[in-house]
Amino acid sequence: MEIPYTYKARPDTGLYNAKVGIWLFLASEIMLFGALFSAYILLRVSAPDGFWPDVALAWPRGLLNIPIGTFNTAVLITSSVTVVLAWAALKMNNFARFRWLMVVTVLCAFAFLGIKSFEYNDKFSHYVVRLKDGKAVTGHLEVNGKHPGFWNFADQWNLGRLEAEKVEHIEIAVDPARDIHGHVKHVEGASHDHAKQKIATSDIAFLGSYTPATHPFFAVYFLITALHGLHVLGGALVLAYFAFPGAKMWKTNPEQFTNRIEVGGLFWHFVDLVWIFLFPVVYLL
Amino acid sequence: MSEQSHNAAASHDDHDHDIASHIKTYLIIFGALLLGTVITVLMYYVDFSSMAVTVGVALFIASIKAFLVAAYFMHLMSEKKLVYSLLVISAIFFTGLMGLTLWGTHDTPKNTLMKTVYVP
Amino acid sequence: MQATDTHAHAHGHKGHSHDHHEPGFFSKYIFSTDHKVIGVQYGVASLIFLFFGFLLVLAMRFQLANPGKPIPVVGALLEKLLGSDMAPGGNLSGDLYNSFGAMHGTIMVFLAIVPILFGAFGNYVTPLQIGAPDMAFPRLNMASFHVYFIGGVVMFASFFTPGGTARSGWTSYSPLASVTDLANHFDGQTYWLIGMVFLITSSLLGSVNFIATIIQLRCRGMSWMRMPFFVWAQFVTAFLLLLAFPPLEAAGLMQLMDNLFGSSFFLPQGLVVNGTALAVSGGGSPLLWQHLFWFLGHPEVYVLILPAIGIVSEVIANNTRKPLWGYKSMVYSAMSVGFLSFIVWAHHMYLTGMGTKVATFFQTTTMMISIPSVIILTALFISLWGGSIRFNAASLFALSFLPMFGIGGLTGLPLGFNASDIYLHDSYYVIGHFHYVVAPGTMFAVFAGIYYWFPKITGRMMNETLGKLHWAGSLFFMNCVFAPMFIQGFKGMSRRMYDGGTTYFEGVDPTALSLNKMITMCAVGLGVAQLPFIINFFSSIFVGKKVSSDNPWDATTLEWATPTPPPHGNFASEPVAYRGPYEYSVPGAKSDFTPQSEKP
Repeated sequence: MEIPYTYKARPDTGLYNAKVGIWLFLASEIMLFGALFSAYILLRVSAPDGFWPDVALAWPRGLLNIPIGTFNTAVLITSSVTVVLAWAALKMNNFARFRWLMVVTVLCAFAFLGIKSFEYNDKFSHYVVRLKDGKAVTGHLEVNGKHPGFWNFADQWNLGRLEAEKVEHIEIAVDPARDIHGHVKHVEGASHDHAKQKIATSDIAFLGSYTPATHPFFAVYFLITALHGLHVLGGALVLAYFAFPGAKMWKTNPEQFTNRIEVGGLFWHFVDLVWIFLFPVVYLL
Repeated sequence: MSEQSHNAAASHDDHDHDIASHIKTYLIIFGALLLGTVITVLMYYVDFSSMAVTVGVALFIASIKAFLVAAYFMHLMSEKKLVYSLLVISAIFFTGLMGLTLWGTHDTPKNTLMKTVYVP
Repeated sequence: MQATDTHAHAHGHKGHSHDHHEPGFFSKYIFSTDHKVIGVQYGVASLIFLFFGFLLVLAMRFQLANPGKPIPVVGALLEKLLGSDMAPGGNLSGDLYNSFGAMHGTIMVFLAIVPILFGAFGNYVTPLQIGAPDMAFPRLNMASFHVYFIGGVVMFASFFTPGGTARSGWTSYSPLASVTDLANHFDGQTYWLIGMVFLITSSLLGSVNFIATIIQLRCRGMSWMRMPFFVWAQFVTAFLLLLAFPPLEAAGLMQLMDNLFGSSFFLPQGLVVNGTALAVSGGGSPLLWQHLFWFLGHPEVYVLILPAIGIVSEVIANNTRKPLWGYKSMVYSAMSVGFLSFIVWAHHMYLTGMGTKVATFFQTTTMMISIPSVIILTALFISLWGGSIRFNAASLFALSFLPMFGIGGLTGLPLGFNASDIYLHDSYYVIGHFHYVVAPGTMFAVFAGIYYWFPKITGRMMNETLGKLHWAGSLFFMNCVFAPMFIQGFKGMSRRMYDGGTTYFEGVDPTALSLNKMITMCAVGLGVAQLPFIINFFSSIFVGKKVSSDNPWDATTLEWATPTPPPHGNFASEPVAYRGPYEYSVPGAKSDFTPQSEKP
């Protein structure tokens, strides 16, 4: 038994099965990420004023590391161009070039994930403190002389834990001041950026890290980027399979193998495409 | 080797020139995408007076980048009709989902006691 | 030539080795990539879930009719299994009633009806009807069933978690769903969400496969307008699943974040539970969940009904010995229904404080979607006109589907108008309405399909006498169960009262309460009426009358041109469709049916 059009195009549609399949899958992915982006917009436009305490914003802006995000965007764009070049290399019958381009693609994918996890970790140890007098500060936390949350998601502090463990004061390396747009304010002679500030537990009204529980912004940020990261991981594993164990097919059925790379590439470009929107939306706006 | 891959290789030779010009296009698009990224980031530091303009500019650049990826890397410039119709359907439903959800949440009865108050 | 050899060799390694020798039990029944085996797997699993879902509602119905009395037979068992705070003295506690209600809905919709229509009938019949050797992606098809099965196991396991299973309705509205069980971090709701993610993934894999199969694998001559209506219905259904499910998956992930990581996607500010302020950041939107849920929820209704209409169309065309009246308008109507079903969802949300403009928009689209549905139903009714109808069990079920679905559909109109919905919302009227669509509607189509395709699947006929007994009992009791609910609804009985409304109605309107007793007795009767079917189903597999030909119903569509039961690869020789799907009683033809595969 042979299933028709597994790699030859069906005459009336002009497509082989897998290409129909991947486009259908991508259509459903559009709806998945579309729903998440819709949720982002809805939560943002309905956020009440003063909800982000630092500068009385409704929605925090400029909290993510823009240079790192920009670099990661470049990494993902690079992997996108290498995967399409790898496909072109197969079309030109150049298997060696195909393989090293795929290796670059997969390395880019893991670089992206590595950088992303570095960013995640930074957020886990970054805190916002709201004082009982209404003021608020953000920065990296130190409790009992230790930085919490270093590669450890479970080690999170909040007011309840401070009180339960009878911690009398915390230290926080204060972030540079920001204006209403989230831009860093350049104040003349302000030399004590990242200066440590000591805060007594009794003065604290709220303490929370940059994690989903603290603000819907982080909830959306972590959910969309984590889901995107899972797509990157899944795509990277499949592409790595095609580059090495799956490449045996090049000898037996080069046409189907080239199609596989095309289909894998389509998925990979889609993942890149999501990031192209994700980057400005969560980092810059 | 085999007849099949020989045929495939033969047909590749015909397209070699074609593919080579594709590669050039891919590299140009790559440059354009990097440039677009840099411009997006620079726009962040420009102080547009309204948030709507800021959002509009950022999404406009992102849309151009997305178009380049979809049109050239994903070959949508020269795809079959079936794929287009599929994407049009999901674009319509996506617009419906986002538009009607936002409209539905924001068209609320006026002059009621409902209001959002932030309690710290 | 060498290439072809290498090629065949490569395929031999890809799991097609069972072409050559007899496969073992596991590769034949558990890890099979044959669409027919997968269809049967889906069928068996979903019938079991259907039975389980029915048992849940029987317990609920008993409680509604006899509040405060222990459940007979299983009461003691429930207390033992679920603990005495859940089922004190064999009684259904309020929490357990809510659990059963939530799981009845979830199991019936996501684990029973959709899998049996789409997974079982769709998988078995669609490739046969379009003349394909299998689905386009057989291994994806297998994965789809396995993921569905895992989802079912997760759902079932949630009954035994500390704190019990999900109990916020099958709709799982937030913030209710996030705050019902604050004592347990990993509660039944979390299981529900994880189970749903599996089920959604399964139907995504399935729908990609169906659409690709129908587009790519139609045999020679099978043009779009020569496809049987059943295939069209599956095609539209697959699109609904493909594009409507992902937003629910997104919403499910958000609620999972709310439950596990304390985020506030759906939790507004200042939320107070049991007198204490909830320690969450707030800032979320409960309406967001409802929008995303019903964005799936409404297309899901058409997922439940379109394939059922497809089955009924096949059975009716075959048993009236006439072509379907208005085949093309039915196809275009099915497409319109599919398209419109994406923009009607907020008619489930008129009571959420929605503004008049939005409410009017959704009211208008809701009225619009009833037009193509009525066109389909009318075309099926007119198809009966002047036919010499064969009244076998399959055809009786299909014929009674028409008025039952008609009642279900027409009672939905008052719910689509926001003025009347404000009164009827959340009452028993709503329960009566959608059960008329799904229980006597879809379930009758499912039974019709089972009686109709059983001979193709097993090579034996089902017993007609038992089948007619099954039909008569089901039709009678179905109506006795669901029709009184309209009356209860008009009297204002809320669907959420776990004591059947005793606390509210006693002394006000005793008829509303006495109807509860009658409904419960009829529900038991409905269960008893299924016994002939169960006996018939199992005995016919082994001792049913053997079919005399591959085409016992004298049908025209391609599935009857295969050997019985169809082997791996389906067709003995490459099928070709020479004509439309319903060439019955063609003037001048040598018999009253002309199969699609017959050469002109």
